[in-house]
Amino acid sequence: MTGYLRTDGRKGIRNTTVVVYLVECAHHVAREVVHPFHEQEVHLLGFPGCYPNAYAHRMLRQLCTHPNVGAALLVSLGCEGFNRADLLAEIRATGRPAGTLVIQETGGTRRTIAEGREWIASALRQLAETPRAELAISDLTVGTICGGSDATSGITANPAVGRAFDLLVENGARVIFEETGELIGCEQIMAARAARPALAPELIACVEKAARYYTTMGHGSFAPGNAEGGLTTQEEKSMGAYSKSGNSPISGILKPGDVPPAAGLYLLDVVPDGEVRWGFPNISDIQEIGELIACGAHVTIFTTGRGSVVGSAISPVIKVCANPETYRRLSEDMDVNAGRILEGAATLEEVGREIYDRVLATAAGEKTASETLGHREFSLVYKSFEPLGPACLPG
Amino acid sequence: MNENTDARLLRLHPADNVLTVIATLEAGAQIRVGRATVAVAARLPIGHKVAAQAIAAGERIVKYGAPIGSAVRAISAGEHVHTQNVKSDYLPTLLREEHGRFFAQQQQPQQ
Repeated sequence: MTGYLRTDGRKGIRNTTVVVYLVECAHHVAREVVHPFHEQEVHLLGFPGCYPNAYAHRMLRQLCTHPNVGAALLVSLGCEGFNRADLLAEIRATGRPAGTLVIQETGGTRRTIAEGREWIASALRQLAETPRAELAISDLTVGTICGGSDATSGITANPAVGRAFDLLVENGARVIFEETGELIGCEQIMAARAARPALAPELIACVEKAARYYTTMGHGSFAPGNAEGGLTTQEEKSMGAYSKSGNSPISGILKPGDVPPAAGLYLLDVVPDGEVRWGFPNISDIQEIGELIACGAHVTIFTTGRGSVVGSAISPVIKVCANPETYRRLSEDMDVNAGRILEGAATLEEVGREIYDRVLATAAGEKTASETLGHREFSLVYKSFEPLGPACLPG
Repeated sequence: MNENTDARLLRLHPADNVLTVIATLEAGAQIRVGRATVAVAARLPIGHKVAAQAIAAGERIVKYGAPIGSAVRAISAGEHVHTQNVKSDYLPTLLREEHGRFFAQQQQPQQ
């Protein structure tokens, strides 16, 4: 398998150009720039807010310089607070073609759209020359998320992803799991898997933060487990989501935009630091996928019981369906049918191996269901984070 | 991983002492657990658990290879494992003293 070699030395599995609106007021123009290229690898990203936000800046910097991205065009209205000059300089510093169009300076909607389309056509010609390089499993970063869960998620798709994660870690990949709000109850179990003693209290602190945040928001995972569904304790309920992480030691904690420094399993802390300010930690699954990608994920494995259909800009999403009835109804949206485990047609190990093989095939260029269907969702809203503590990453 | 066990029961991890029901079992259904055959006492829908082996009072219940609680009394192989015979060992984050203070502050009237 080969990847796209970037000038900063990282390797991508897709060769995408991104068009990035820097405020909602530039969204329409950016979308129109992308429109004629919608069957090519040109994806739309952006941040809607007018007021600057350090997290949003960091997210867009990490996304525009992601190994799957080869070029970036920024679209600014002109008066928003986003620091477009810094973002442009940061992208150019990685050697990628990057440009900015300021609608107020270019002379309005039509002229900006026309200039933007010319810029993209030229960038696509340039990216066609991107050098290829041998891509190993150890070059890959893989994220996982669950959404639209049901009673089958924790017994088929999630533990099967855990098996795939173990295989990826054995072969030197970096893998990331997240959503600390769903891990309430297994923080001590997680802490026991910390690769270093100093990491254990940090893992517990992450989950405690999520518990505080969700309680303040009046939402979360605090109700006793769903006893009718057979869940007996809080820790059992959380283990269902946690089982996606597999059995490797936990090497570290990341915050959105932190790239894992070495092979291993990492927890992505998606809950903002400080007082509750911007509302829900994640308004939907889409922003969490974006955060995994900002940490370098080349591929995201998405488990679903009720049947999510989403994909993502920048990095392919592999959908693993936990429920065999959902799979039959939504098969065009699914990549793996983990529901076969319930029908006795496959074991967890077999489905885990199939997910692993699907990750490698996707990395080698095969399209996922959501890519084929044109899903390129993206969402980014305000958040605040403090830097990681010194014990969070391997030294 | 269903060797020696009923295909309607799933062992999620080799270290587990419980099996998850993956096809609804009606009352009276015969299930095979290890070398024993046991009749199900009451209907067990998908997602419920039965003991994979005899479990002593006080012993940890292990699912996904992790402790999910402790037996409050002896449980026999094939018996339904649920709230009637298991208690949580989890110390809820929210009951810890420092967070008790945090939430007391949060509950003060706003503005």
